[in-house]
Amino acid sequence: MTESSFHYENLKRRGRYAAVFIGMILALLVMVVVNINTGTVDISVREIMGILFAGEAEGANDQIIWQIRLPRILMAAILGGALSLSGFLLQVFFNNPIAGPFILGISSGAKMVVALVMIFSLRSAGSMSSYALIGAAFTGSLISVSFVLLVSRRLHDMSALLVAGIMISYICSAVTEFIITFAEDTDIVNLHGWSQGSFSGMNWSNVQVSALIVAAAFLCTFLLSKPIGAYQMGEAYAKSMGVNIRIFRVVLILLSSVFSACVTAFAGPISFVGIAVPRLTKLALQTSRPLIVIPASFLGGAVFCMFSDLAARMAFAPLELNISTVTSVLGAPVVIWMLVHREKEKQ
Amino acid sequence: MTDYYFRTEDLKVGYGGRALLENIRIGLGKGEILTLVGPNGAGKSTILKSITRQLKILGGRVVIGEKELSRLTYQELSRKMAVVLTDRVRPELMTCHDIVATGRYPYTGRLGILSREDEAKVDLAMELVKAGELGGRLFTALSDGQKQRILLARAICQEPEILVLDEPTSFLDIKYKLELLDILRRMAKEQEITVVMSLHEIDLAGKVSDAVMPVKAGCVYDYGRPEDILKEEFIRRLYDLDKGSFDPVFGSIELPRPAGEPGTMVISACGRGIPVYRKLQKEGIPFIAGILYENDIDYQLARHLASRVIMEEPFQEISDPVYEEAKDAISKCGRVIYTDIPWGSCNGRLRGLLEEVKSRDDIECVYWKQEFMLADRGL
Repeated sequence: MTESSFHYENLKRRGRYAAVFIGMILALLVMVVVNINTGTVDISVREIMGILFAGEAEGANDQIIWQIRLPRILMAAILGGALSLSGFLLQVFFNNPIAGPFILGISSGAKMVVALVMIFSLRSAGSMSSYALIGAAFTGSLISVSFVLLVSRRLHDMSALLVAGIMISYICSAVTEFIITFAEDTDIVNLHGWSQGSFSGMNWSNVQVSALIVAAAFLCTFLLSKPIGAYQMGEAYAKSMGVNIRIFRVVLILLSSVFSACVTAFAGPISFVGIAVPRLTKLALQTSRPLIVIPASFLGGAVFCMFSDLAARMAFAPLELNISTVTSVLGAPVVIWMLVHREKEKQ
Repeated sequence: MTDYYFRTEDLKVGYGGRALLENIRIGLGKGEILTLVGPNGAGKSTILKSITRQLKILGGRVVIGEKELSRLTYQELSRKMAVVLTDRVRPELMTCHDIVATGRYPYTGRLGILSREDEAKVDLAMELVKAGELGGRLFTALSDGQKQRILLARAICQEPEILVLDEPTSFLDIKYKLELLDILRRMAKEQEITVVMSLHEIDLAGKVSDAVMPVKAGCVYDYGRPEDILKEEFIRRLYDLDKGSFDPVFGSIELPRPAGEPGTMVISACGRGIPVYRKLQKEGIPFIAGILYENDIDYQLARHLASRVIMEEPFQEISDPVYEEAKDAISKCGRVIYTDIPWGSCNGRLRGLLEEVKSRDDIECVYWKQEFMLADRGL
């Protein structure tokens, strides 16, 4: 009796997973279509179809679709997913649902090093390769993460950890501002647009590089589903189940840093996606099984960022907002709600 | 030596390189249960954490089966040993089934997907702890007792050869305490699983364990059979009991006896005095109990609660000195509470004493009728 009702329960859960995934994929497709269709230049649907599938080259519009809108859409999707997973991994690591690359100062650390390298290389070489950007961002992420780790050894309180992260973020921002102050004018323009976070100005080589790196990191994360599931029970239990905690923790941090470095390198720091999306995804799925949550979070992040990018472009067109402006407006309330909800749960 | 499944040699444990306990020697065969007892903060958890590799051992050896603990990989260890810890587990959005299923971790493939057999084992473990109906519930929504049972099911599901439990009975009510210990006992006997655990309830420790090891800060005693270890005097020293007492016969613990000069004498037999003693103890009235035969059940409690027990050797006529002692005590007390007493061939003099007391004017004589007490409570 209990068994059959349980298996019925199981069936229901699987139905829910399927529904959520189908919903997300549909949303993703809708976002792609809408994003291609919207912009300051009006291009008819028929024309877009022609450009995309029939290879009709029609000068400017062809350029807009292929060189501006498509790479931008793809980047928003890839980086959005990466950001979401970066947050997810940090939440697993700190056993804290409000951990994320932006709030813990990891994005700011990446931004700082990228700014440094950018100014230096713009002066000497004139431009930077995608890999150099990612490398710089990765280094910066690791610097910030190490600080957070140092602090977290002494702080077991979740809110204290966040405050520490925010402080690190301020320090990194201060250093970045300092660098910008002493940089030449052209650098500032270049840096300023980027440091506020934006998906504009993406090209196909950016897409290629980030797709490659994010895909590799995603695969690794997905293969970590099993130990992540064990780790959700707490370190001690995970250990007793045969997880090599030390290696596992290092891998978690490295993967999370790769994800957030990739995002910061190309789009600058983007706030709150890493916290809000995994949370909402889990709520929609009603599970925290990593095997399900990891791909779903990625999809969710992609949809969320494409939507945010659309809003950033269109809300006050032709003015373009920073992507973080939009993600903050959407994501911060979720975080506040989470904090309040957790307080309630404690009582 | 070789027939021990689990043993430690001169084990030294502690935190941060500082030894808390040294020279811990344990040797357990398959299917034996060892319980660590001792006051809070004595180091029971430290020992358990050290033998489960949560803490680095500071010296000595821990051997499981034929292999030393430090030589086992985490993977190998996880197939031999399962744990139930005191750590608060707060996994979000995990159902009980999910939690129990993590026990299959060492046996599942790369992605941790459960096979049909795995699922069957999960169901079986849940049935065993009588938590079958909890499967679909969220773990965080359970009561502490239910959580504890789910965590036990998780450990069972891991199919260990040795099970380590840190205070598994805390938060459990009596029913589940007994059930949990019964499950452990059965698993130990039927599946030859060796169990090492810590318990707060020394009474239960004696009843479930094959061996007991007392632990007190800075001092580890040799483990031994419960009946050799759990002696009243020893328990007193182990827990620094200056109030209350421990009865090794039934493993019961008693609150301290009322202090002061006794003004009441209780005359009873055959367990009928027990409610009287308890009542007086709760009211804080010191009393003398007697005349009791040493084999009377009343005696077992009277020696913990009464200021003095006037007693006689089993199955004897009451002797003159004892009779006089009782008479003397009654005169001093001024009040007697007596219960129904079955009269037989050897307690005739007690009857005589009671009759005499009843006829005296200077003694207040109260008859304790059990039925009244029950009626009072509407039972």
